[in-house]
Amino acid sequence: MKKQTRTPWRAPLIVSLITVGLFALGWWLVDDLYMPVLQPSGAIADQQLTLLIFTVVLSAVVVLPVFVMLVVFALRYREGNTRAKYTPEWSENKWLELVWWGIPIAIIVVLSVVTYLTSHSLDPYRAIESDNQTLEVQVVALQWKWLFIYPELGVATVNDLVIPVDRPVHFSLSADAPMSAFWVPALGSQIYSMNSMSSQLNLIADEAGTFQGYNTNINGEGYAEMTFEVNAVPDEEFAAWSEERSESGHVLDRAHYAELAQPSTMPDPMYMRLADTELYQYIVMKNMMNHSADDSDSATMDAMQHGGAH
Amino acid sequence: MEWLIGRLSLEYLPTDPATIGAAIGMPLGALVVAGLLTYYKKWTWLWKNWLTSLDAKKIGVMYIVVALLMLIRGVADAFMVRSHTAMVGVDGEGLFDADMFQQVFTAHGTIMIFFVAMGLMFGLINVVLPLMIGARDVAFPWLNSVSFWLFFAGMILNNIALVIGGFSSAGWLGYPPLTGLEYSPGPGVDYWIWSLQIAGVGSLLSGINFFVTIIKKRAPGMTLMKMPIFSWSVLVTTVLIIISFPLLTATLALLSLDRLMDMNIFTSYLGGNPMLYVNLIWAWGHPEVYILVLPAFGIYSEIVATFARKKLFGYATMVAALVAIMFLSFLVWLHHFFTMGAGANVNAFFGIMTMVIAIPTGVKIFNWLFTMYRGQIRFTSPFIWFLCFVFTFTIGGVTGVMMAVPALDYQVHNTLFLVAHFHNTIIGGVVFGFMAGITYWFPKIFGFRLNERLGKYAAYLWQLGFIVAFAPLYTLGLMGAVRRLDTYDDPTWTPLFIVSGIGVMIIGAGIALQVLQFVVSIWQRKQNLDTTGDPWDGRTLEWSVPSPAPEYNFAITPTVSRRDEWWYAKQETIRRPHKSEYVDIHLPQNNSMGLYIGLASLVAGFAIVWHMWWLVILCVVAIIAMVIMRTMDDNTEFTITGEELFELDSKRFTAGKAKA
Repeated sequence: MKKQTRTPWRAPLIVSLITVGLFALGWWLVDDLYMPVLQPSGAIADQQLTLLIFTVVLSAVVVLPVFVMLVVFALRYREGNTRAKYTPEWSENKWLELVWWGIPIAIIVVLSVVTYLTSHSLDPYRAIESDNQTLEVQVVALQWKWLFIYPELGVATVNDLVIPVDRPVHFSLSADAPMSAFWVPALGSQIYSMNSMSSQLNLIADEAGTFQGYNTNINGEGYAEMTFEVNAVPDEEFAAWSEERSESGHVLDRAHYAELAQPSTMPDPMYMRLADTELYQYIVMKNMMNHSADDSDSATMDAMQHGGAH
Repeated sequence: MEWLIGRLSLEYLPTDPATIGAAIGMPLGALVVAGLLTYYKKWTWLWKNWLTSLDAKKIGVMYIVVALLMLIRGVADAFMVRSHTAMVGVDGEGLFDADMFQQVFTAHGTIMIFFVAMGLMFGLINVVLPLMIGARDVAFPWLNSVSFWLFFAGMILNNIALVIGGFSSAGWLGYPPLTGLEYSPGPGVDYWIWSLQIAGVGSLLSGINFFVTIIKKRAPGMTLMKMPIFSWSVLVTTVLIIISFPLLTATLALLSLDRLMDMNIFTSYLGGNPMLYVNLIWAWGHPEVYILVLPAFGIYSEIVATFARKKLFGYATMVAALVAIMFLSFLVWLHHFFTMGAGANVNAFFGIMTMVIAIPTGVKIFNWLFTMYRGQIRFTSPFIWFLCFVFTFTIGGVTGVMMAVPALDYQVHNTLFLVAHFHNTIIGGVVFGFMAGITYWFPKIFGFRLNERLGKYAAYLWQLGFIVAFAPLYTLGLMGAVRRLDTYDDPTWTPLFIVSGIGVMIIGAGIALQVLQFVVSIWQRKQNLDTTGDPWDGRTLEWSVPSPAPEYNFAITPTVSRRDEWWYAKQETIRRPHKSEYVDIHLPQNNSMGLYIGLASLVAGFAIVWHMWWLVILCVVAIIAMVIMRTMDDNTEFTITGEELFELDSKRFTAGKAKA
């Protein structure tokens, strides 16, 4: 037991230094990597980045003192350091305890207010205010590809989402597959797309570019390959694109949809002319009707979509 | 034939080399162990001293042994996952096909939570809780053995999936409709359900057992507010278990109704709703996180006080914080799926409740720091684990608060950022805590200390490996990398996955050192013998008895008049009790019925997976019959007389003198 008095505190210190070194090295290495969450291309993702920085800085108010105290106390009060005080019975101090109940409470109060406000301002269901007209896109997660329907334009695509820059996009999302989730990190906010449900999401692209989109919720074997491209293009280009695609040779109707919905991965995008404008409503409602949904059901669907979860 | 073996057939045998290797290796390993036991004629010893023992300490050791073996399997799974993702980036091929990859990470998550973390937790509670509260035993010793064998049966069933049929590939919480009949008709999801069902019942029974133990079996004078803080953490955890585990059982039962009887509870047909499942499973799942971490908090509290040689700072606040966490943990489950599209107010409520939990947790960290303040800190290996914990867990806390803000969670949910976050809290909080606990209480059970040097090196490697493995995952998450990907296109992800794989290897090296630590410590046990029963200069009652702790724990039931009773008692002169103070005590006899019930549950689970209905019925009837038989048995105890106790206990005083 005698040996123990020479407390081996150097090793923890060395490990801490190596840790700091690793972080520095890592920081230097990842510097030129593209991180869409930290380099957003849309207003929503932009606000979310601000929120991210805010929470980290606010947490640092508690965390940094903890780390400093951890190192200082551990070194100073090591056994064998005769200069340090030793008060084995000292275990209560109302004022100190008030301080460390108080500080986290104050921080959490601030954060709670921010949480409440941003839950509303960044609510995925909330329409984005803009002078430009909102584009409606219906999204269906299939095993294992994304079907994008532009009901206003009479166009549908698979795994290629083309949107105009600076125009808000309202997505209605459903699935004809196990629960999936739609996420474009450069634009912000992911949301689940579920069988017989219609969830909503509002996004906007601030700059032209090609962004990667993902499914974030496992839905079977082809899950990892269920990625898609988002092409944000200027408005005129978008108009030309939709014009061209609406004359596409492929037609999307219920019969063709049934084929498309079969499990498969689809590395190359596909473009179709939308022949059935009620297709999305049909997909959402089909499991809830005993037989196939006919047109009279779309009124129910509209009611659900607008009243529903919100 | 079908009535006999259900849907079992040879086509379910594994086909890919990695699985075949494991499928042959595991039974082979078991055979080697069985062979050694036979060769050294140790079967009777194993049976009498361990398998049928109702001594909580021995049951605890069995839990820990099983959990450590499963830790090796879980880390091997993790290593395969990371190797695969690194290799996919290099050559586009990787180790597995998509389904196998998904099975591996599903097995990793399931095993780590249910058979490693839960196993270590119940193991340590069994080993130390009765000793700590001055009790001879748990409230229901036989039930305790049933719990262990159910845990064991669940573990075996989980591993059998590797040999025949394959495991679930739907993630560790198996959301329907993916886990429904339509999308997963095979036996994998059934293996997952029934291994958790069986182990889950064991956990519930254990929860009840320890709750009653703490309420009813404390030593005279030990009021609740004089209990060591670890006992408080266990009390709170058992309340969480008792309330939340029935939810898990019910949820999995509903899912199995969908699978066995096509009931459409969680499908989207006939009014079913998968969102209900997600709510139910997390209403269990979130308290589960605290079930694991609170006992670890308790361990840290004991360790800091002991190794700072100082009273725990703010005992009453610590208790208040534990109880606050207990209540709050039931009010946060929705934060696991902010992205499901609930309204802004619902999301905001659950986000704020989640942050509120950070308050009592933060307070606990400050209390630990101020326990160190003006102490005399010994940098022993349990204390090193504690230092690593504060560092790692605090970072996990920060990322946790980030994810608690719903609007921010939309950008990181289900990415590798989330994966890194929960490993931050579970490895940093739970695993480090249980490793510290094992090192700390090891001498109490085995009578010698573990090698300190190897223990510290292991802790350092875990810490470094953790950073190297998970810092890249945080980065990848911010780059858009989603969790559970078996393949990806972006070449800039590859280096980060490779670095992460190296991190897993470093953790693996840490585990190898721990194995070496056990071997070396057993080899050199004579040099590290604990002759005093109090090797760390401890504070609580378990250090007042000799090491290894006798089967009866305390020859004379201790009386308690203050917190840290043993710390103060040993500063006074310890009087040797008079012979007349030793009274006859009764201890539970060995009993093998728990083992048989576990075995029957295992067979029943296997039979359900493969639809062998006659066998299910047979096993269930057998289990009921065995429970009835046991309750009819009046001769379940044996007696140690006061005289014998006096003789046995005399060693304690002669040993103490020899040291003085």
